[in-house]
Amino acid sequence: MAKASELVTLTAAQMADKLKKGDISSRELVEAELQTIDSAEPTLQAFLARSSEEALAVADDIDTRRAKGEELPSLAGVPVAVKDMIVTKGIETTAASKILEGWIPPYDATVVTRMKNTGMPILGKTNLDEFAQGSSTENSAFHNTYNPWDITRVPGGSGGGSATSVASFETPLALGTDTGGSIRQPAAFTGTVGVKPTYGRVSRYGAIAMASSMDQIGPCARTVEDAAMLYDVIAGYDDHDSTSIREILPSMTAAALQGKNQDLKGLRVGIIKEATGDGFEEEVKNNFSEGIKLLQNMGANVEEVSFRHFLHGIQVYYVVMPAEVSSNLARYDGMRYGLRVMPPADVPQTAANMMAYTREAGFGAEVKRRIILGTYALSAGKYEEWYGKAQRVRTVMIQDFNKAFKDFDVLVCPTAPTSAFKIGEVEDPATMYRNDIATIPANLAGLPAISIPSGLDHNNLPVGFQILAAQKNDELMFRVASALETAFNKKWGAPLWAQLKTPWLDSLSEE
Amino acid sequence: MSEKLMKFSEAIKRFDPVFGLEVHVELNTNTKLFCPAHYEFGGDPNTELTPVSLGLPGSLPVVNKQAVINAVRLGLALHCHVNEWSQFARKNYFYPDMPRDYQISQFDKPTNGEGYLDVELEDGTTFRVPIERAHIEDDAGKNTHIGGADGRIEGADHSLVDYNRAGVPLIEIVTKPVIGAGEHIAEIAGAYVKEIRDIARALNVSNGRLEQGNMRADVNVSLRESPDAPLGTRSETKNVNSFRGIEKTIIYEIRRQAAILADGGEVLQETRHWDEATQTTAGGRVKSDANDYRYFPDPDLIMLHIPPEQVEEIRATLPEMPSHRKHRLQEEWGFSDLEMRDVLNANALDLIDSTVQAGASAAGSRKWWLGEIMREANEREVSIEDLPITPENVAEVEKMIADGKLNNKLAKQTISAILQGEGTPSEVVEKHGWKIMNDDSAIEKAVDEALAANPDVLDALKSGNMKPMGVIIGAVMRATHGQADAKTVSSLIMKKVRS
Amino acid sequence: MSTFTKEQMKHIGDLASIALNDEEIDRFLHELDSIAESISQMQDIPTDNVEPTTNPIAIEAYLRPDEAVTPLSQKDAIAGAPVSEAGMFVAPKILGEE
Repeated sequence: MAKASELVTLTAAQMADKLKKGDISSRELVEAELQTIDSAEPTLQAFLARSSEEALAVADDIDTRRAKGEELPSLAGVPVAVKDMIVTKGIETTAASKILEGWIPPYDATVVTRMKNTGMPILGKTNLDEFAQGSSTENSAFHNTYNPWDITRVPGGSGGGSATSVASFETPLALGTDTGGSIRQPAAFTGTVGVKPTYGRVSRYGAIAMASSMDQIGPCARTVEDAAMLYDVIAGYDDHDSTSIREILPSMTAAALQGKNQDLKGLRVGIIKEATGDGFEEEVKNNFSEGIKLLQNMGANVEEVSFRHFLHGIQVYYVVMPAEVSSNLARYDGMRYGLRVMPPADVPQTAANMMAYTREAGFGAEVKRRIILGTYALSAGKYEEWYGKAQRVRTVMIQDFNKAFKDFDVLVCPTAPTSAFKIGEVEDPATMYRNDIATIPANLAGLPAISIPSGLDHNNLPVGFQILAAQKNDELMFRVASALETAFNKKWGAPLWAQLKTPWLDSLSEE
Repeated sequence: MSEKLMKFSEAIKRFDPVFGLEVHVELNTNTKLFCPAHYEFGGDPNTELTPVSLGLPGSLPVVNKQAVINAVRLGLALHCHVNEWSQFARKNYFYPDMPRDYQISQFDKPTNGEGYLDVELEDGTTFRVPIERAHIEDDAGKNTHIGGADGRIEGADHSLVDYNRAGVPLIEIVTKPVIGAGEHIAEIAGAYVKEIRDIARALNVSNGRLEQGNMRADVNVSLRESPDAPLGTRSETKNVNSFRGIEKTIIYEIRRQAAILADGGEVLQETRHWDEATQTTAGGRVKSDANDYRYFPDPDLIMLHIPPEQVEEIRATLPEMPSHRKHRLQEEWGFSDLEMRDVLNANALDLIDSTVQAGASAAGSRKWWLGEIMREANEREVSIEDLPITPENVAEVEKMIADGKLNNKLAKQTISAILQGEGTPSEVVEKHGWKIMNDDSAIEKAVDEALAANPDVLDALKSGNMKPMGVIIGAVMRATHGQADAKTVSSLIMKKVRS
Repeated sequence: MSTFTKEQMKHIGDLASIALNDEEIDRFLHELDSIAESISQMQDIPTDNVEPTTNPIAIEAYLRPDEAVTPLSQKDAIAGAPVSEAGMFVAPKILGEE
């Protein structure tokens, strides 16, 4: 019997392999992760809710079926955590908002159904910025989540909970949602791998909507191969989502495995000039350059490419996103689910006032700020100048990308301008928004993008390397990311996460 | 409460009235517009919902193909241009019966663009109503107001919300401002909505039942000094749900606005509603700044693409249009204009057509549907198609008469028994043992008995006073349970009297 | 130059159905001004004859067949309701005292 700390530091692929061989049971794995969660949560607070009993029931079911000789999918029995932006039947789903506190959904998101069909035990729901709005997880209505590399720092956001849970070995895999970088930026801040698939590759059915034209569910993992395995489970056509792409997908796992042979001869790599200049920390840029050298060593042709409108992405995003937010979040009105707050006694006790006071009390400051901004962007007389203009500039940006992908197979840049900042350090919204400058364009253009660790800075904080591919070319992105990850690991002698201090694992009991 | 009104005839003389209608037609698809929940009028509250129609977090809309096809069918029947590309847009506003607090509708890219509908007036002339668009949108749920008088929203303490209807597909048919209607304005509006109802039924895209909320109209009315003046300020009377209500709303609004304008006042641009009880429209309660709907294309949905070939395929499936059919049937049946109008007013066209197709004569069919059956419907306060009698039943009765199996009186009794739910004509006749008595000796016996029982009547008849003859006929009919032929009875009586 | 006025902010609060308090109005006024200024930079990008993007990916609309699925039970439908009565959701009175 293996020690719990040894089990939880396996990759998902290794877990899957050991399960298949019968070396370990799913119950052992889930119990080891639950122990880790018990031990780590007081410090890290990555989870909002746990579903231990459900997870163990699934684990036992898988163990029984495997014992009977049933042919099972690769990830059967491998546990997973789910960002609390994704609807889980029978498990409280809050979007980290007071307005939805206590809501028990009567249905599962398509991705959750797919994971259940695969036999993956769901450990619980992870923390996030309220309604996925933020870049630090400080906007959660319930509590902060702390970066396992330095608990005085944020884990990034909005998916700080999923990134932290994966980084700290509370789970090998987690689901995130990425509207402007909410999977990739936390991955960069926590030294993990985060993937935003091509828009339409993963069903949004059951992902609580933030900005519908950019939201995409994706995997969080410690390795590119693990992320690819989870991608293969959750992706594919779904007729519950009108924006779902109706095509058969190649295997991302196969692409990731292919990447491990480190052959990138002839690969045309474009460095996004605008995402390597002003506002990006020197150490981030140096780390990035290391990655570029490794790509060149593997035979890639690397060139700088300029995007005239890249830096306008953040302006476009901060019109389109709040506009969609203002409409998507209208349904939280105190009528059908969640919070209801009646107006004070001196205000007429009407339905309209109930709604207005419910929303005033139930939403946090950042969510209100975006709803107000978005409402303004869509309002009479402002629509063309704001929303209309932004969606046209968005088209121009997409055209820029289309042009670039004629000359380049992938585009690269640092995932975020800085490493993890201190909790409470960034207060000004505009400064916080600039954190997403390198991740937003992929969402605007519907491109697949991945962040992998590219080293540590002088504070011993991880830095992320981002790879973008053309729409529906996710497999190339996985292959290149896997090659680069392999090269980094060879250079470091071990994966980056081997350098993480994990006191919460030391106290785990031996099985 | 009572507002100043000008006489309609005077108002029409002094002002040029303009109206516009937004007619909502509820489609009769099996499932809703954006989710696969079945909807049926009168279901238990909140039992016809999926996460989508309840607006649960994470749920997403997916368009019902049949709803789009039905929308295009209706659009084509209204001579609309079907746009190759159309788009759903969100109309944002907060209301308790809106599960998402936005309606999914169409804005600048409707599926059906400009069209028109010709309506026929009672004087035989035709008026063309210009149509701006016919777009697709989803319906809201239903509020039941508790604590006020008669379930009214005014004075209610709270409301109960049933979201079953939320998501049911609607086609909103919007006219351009209808000008030049003059004194026929109300008739034109009513005839236009009736024509849409008939078309929707002929296409089988809607049940077209106004009383069940399948159709309702927003009525816009404005006045101007003269036909060459710019359009005046309009009032919008919401959710009028009967033909008479639509006509009366227009007349009331013309009279009300004329009185205001004649006094030098200004008509408010406002939302009003028609009050059936007081036969008036009442002023708005919606805040004027609340109608910034912030339309934007719904990012959850992809543009609809309906290529011209597909439009032509759909066009090829359209049935004969009701107005054409009316003229054809009138000619085939040989009905006068007046007879035809009665048929149409009674909503009996389809029923008579089916009855004729089942083998009955047109005149005979009309007689039954507009006679006995209509009387029963009026008594029960239901429409004739809701009575438990079918065109086949009526045709069978007609055949029995033609075959000499029933006389008029027995036929009436048979129809009446069917209406009481006693079964098909043959079942009813069999059950009661009704048949025309061809046996003269039995009738003669009954006549003898009747005359013997009424010697004074016999005397009167013999003296040439024929007035009390009915007494004897009645007695004979009673004795023969109505199965005797009345003509035979009276000739037999005369024979006896003269003998 | 200020893009937003206090009155406007209140009006937007009404449209968004959020009963903003005075402190929030002042704060958002200030913050949104700076966001609006940053956003104004995109006005210089020429976009004549450029179609707006609604969905970033080109796909044909999927139209679903008109076939019904099993609906939610009434119990599940109203399970989350803050207030319910007789299988229905309860709204406070819709009209106020005017």
